[in-house]
Amino acid sequence: MEAVKEQVSTQARAIDIESMQRSQKLNLADEKICLEVKDFNLFYGSKQALHNINMSVAKNRVTAFIGPSGCGKSTLLRCFNRMNDLIDTVKIDGQMLLDGQDLNKQSVNVADLRRQVGMVFQKPNPFPKSIYENVAYGLRLQGVNDRETLDRVVEKSLKGAALWDEVKDRLQESAMGMSGGQQQRLVIARAIAIEPEVLLLDEPASALDPLSTLKIEELIYELKEKYTIVIVTHNMQQAARVSDYTAFMYMGELIEFGATDELFTNPTKKQTEDYITGRYG
Amino acid sequence: MVTNSQHISQQFEKELEDIRSLVLAMGGLVEQQVNNAQEALMTADSELARSVISLDEDVNELEVTIDEECIQIIALRQPTAGDLRLVAGILKTITDLERIGDESVSIARMAMNLSEKDRPKKNYRELLSMGNHVQGMLRDALDAFARLDIKQAIRVAQEDREIDGEYEGIIRQLITYMMEDPRTVTKAIDMMWSARSFERIADHACNICEHVIYLVEGKDVRHLSLEKMEKVVKKAGKK
Repeated sequence: MEAVKEQVSTQARAIDIESMQRSQKLNLADEKICLEVKDFNLFYGSKQALHNINMSVAKNRVTAFIGPSGCGKSTLLRCFNRMNDLIDTVKIDGQMLLDGQDLNKQSVNVADLRRQVGMVFQKPNPFPKSIYENVAYGLRLQGVNDRETLDRVVEKSLKGAALWDEVKDRLQESAMGMSGGQQQRLVIARAIAIEPEVLLLDEPASALDPLSTLKIEELIYELKEKYTIVIVTHNMQQAARVSDYTAFMYMGELIEFGATDELFTNPTKKQTEDYITGRYG
Repeated sequence: MVTNSQHISQQFEKELEDIRSLVLAMGGLVEQQVNNAQEALMTADSELARSVISLDEDVNELEVTIDEECIQIIALRQPTAGDLRLVAGILKTITDLERIGDESVSIARMAMNLSEKDRPKKNYRELLSMGNHVQGMLRDALDAFARLDIKQAIRVAQEDREIDGEYEGIIRQLITYMMEDPRTVTKAIDMMWSARSFERIADHACNICEHVIYLVEGKDVRHLSLEKMEKVVKKAGKK
């Protein structure tokens, strides 16, 4: 009897271990693809800033871009919601697909695209309005003015951005009086209020102290259940902590792209290894 | 992949270099322990055996020091990729080295026991040959670590089978002695323990080689058959 019990318990343990291992290994081939970049080139005037980029962003995962300053990671991120349209000298070729649709086509409404693909910048940029109005802003733009709906969305978004408990008693106060970390989470709340599909984060924590940074990271972890997140960061440890996939860029080229676990423990390219270990070639 | 380019932080570079040299120093001490333990066993030199036991304190101390250094590096430098594998590999390697030290202490203890008994010379021949073989493996394993040479690491791992064969041979022989003449039992048991310790040292040397393969190639080859291990390394080498 004892022996049988033991056997059963070892079997149970064996199954456990297996399921744990399975959840750890990520493979891009098994993922639903949200954004796809195909043979993508970008020029600022005559200077080429992105060279033949090919990659996929998996749905409901966090994809991080790392690389030295000027390597093109922010440029690529900004392409995902056509922020580069604002710069006259920018020329692009190649394709960038959101759910299979080329987002650079003339027929795409940029405002709609940016509703689907939200963006948060390095420096928190709340509007000089109340906390409540900051979050409600996107909905008001869409013509939603029903108080009940707004209340509901504001609460949900602030909760989603892990800010609700800190601000629920002062929603009508100015957002400018919040701390940097709170402002950044407010901006994230504003971005998720309109329920985008993709959230682009450009150095979201680089201006924050370590504790606020951890809160943002924790938030990213929670947000990926609902959104696909693409993050640019200079902080490699941060990329390693929060992302499922990491892309290493250098001089406008995508050098290596793969599961974060793999890239940080055993990169295949020497350039990647040199960069993440802090060496020069 | 391990690159030979330099860190931007020279201090970090130096810290990594320092722990590597400490591991090699520890390896040197352990090698000396094994060598002396074998010598003590063969020549019934209980003085030498005692020196093996006292050397173990140094080895233990080194283990603790290297451990602390590694933890420091992890805490302060957050190493990644090859650096991370080096630190992780070192943490494991020193555990094996320390255990090798312990095994040589048990051989030394057996040597002290046996030094007080009658010694038919020829009984030790097989043990001597096995001991030499094991010492060679340990040396090669430490070499593989020093030069990050995975081919050498594989060669050492291959030798473990031969050691296992030799070990079995010795045990069989000792059992025969004991059956022939029960008066040899105490002595034979001491020799069995010694053989067992040599066999364990060979296992630890193999473990070190597995750590070397991990820290060079990033492939975990523990618990794999030799054939699979070779395949993994070959595949990694092509990358």
